[in-house]
Amino acid sequence: MQREQVAVLPGLPVDANGPVFAEPWQAQAFALTLKLCEAGHFTWAEWVETLSAVLREAPSDDGSAYYDHWLSALERLCVAKSLTEPRALDARVHAWAEAYRTTPHGQPVELQQASSVSRP
Amino acid sequence: MSHDHEHDHDHHHDHGQDIPSDTALRVKALESLLIEKGLVDPAALDAVVDTYENKIGPRNGARIVARAWTDPDYKARLMGDATAAIAEMGYTGAQGEHMVVVENTPEVHNLVVCTLCSCYPWPVLGLPPVWYKSSAYRSRAVIEPRGVLNEFGLSVPDDVAVRVWDSTAEIRYLVLPERPAGTDGMDAEALAALVTRDAMVGVAKVAGPAAKEGA
Repeated sequence: MQREQVAVLPGLPVDANGPVFAEPWQAQAFALTLKLCEAGHFTWAEWVETLSAVLREAPSDDGSAYYDHWLSALERLCVAKSLTEPRALDARVHAWAEAYRTTPHGQPVELQQASSVSRP
Repeated sequence: MSHDHEHDHDHHHDHGQDIPSDTALRVKALESLLIEKGLVDPAALDAVVDTYENKIGPRNGARIVARAWTDPDYKARLMGDATAAIAEMGYTGAQGEHMVVVENTPEVHNLVVCTLCSCYPWPVLGLPPVWYKSSAYRSRAVIEPRGVLNEFGLSVPDDVAVRVWDSTAEIRYLVLPERPAGTDGMDAEALAALVTRDAMVGVAKVAGPAAKEGA
């Protein structure tokens, strides 16, 4: 429930270069990485190696796509560490999209509704 | 999420809610799978987000700099073992495990970069600004630091050496800027207010209280 609140927090603190995170998903990807590392699912050196590899493959950018690369690296490392697998991720992305599509306005979007509502 | 029906960049609008971007859905997918497996605790994730959005910023670093300027014993500890001296101030946490402080002097100007990705001393400076993560800064800071500094509006005279420190997964650097002139009577708190994030990365100098030119 608190996670839903984070997604709608207004007025992120802004420094001279804009907010710390441009969008809520960036903060969530960041937090996931930190916590998985703290829990010992991978080392920080492994994370830096994976992120560096993704950044090397990426075209030059001004830093604004940084968290896109961050997320790609996190997915890659989670799969490499068998924390999840690509098919499960794909299926879950579709399940969330379906949940948004089928949840009436004003109600919290939850995965359970996706399966129940999408089945006639 | 927006409930604006005029939105037309999102794909489907049957009867449900606006569908977040593909990227946001990928994060939700990964997060929900990992939570279900018990690999991460949602409350802990919230705490991380709150901490980095609201609690940690360059003020921690500024207090360290101001104390080093006003307390010679602290400065000696900071230069000797920065990790311990920073922890002494209560600033610990991820990516602050092994800190090194490099001091600017009339002879040496220090600049910090992470050429590989964006390693950065979070507990003292918060999260890095966009330019620090840009490929241009990451690649050019080492090759032509003076040119990069010029673009930040900082012209380093030829007789001042420029040293570039490349952060790694293990070591994070913090620049101890020069204390500006005209600050003799100021206490640590007033001094800390003058210290900017950019000065602690090494792309700026600390300007004096009268907003005089920091040259």
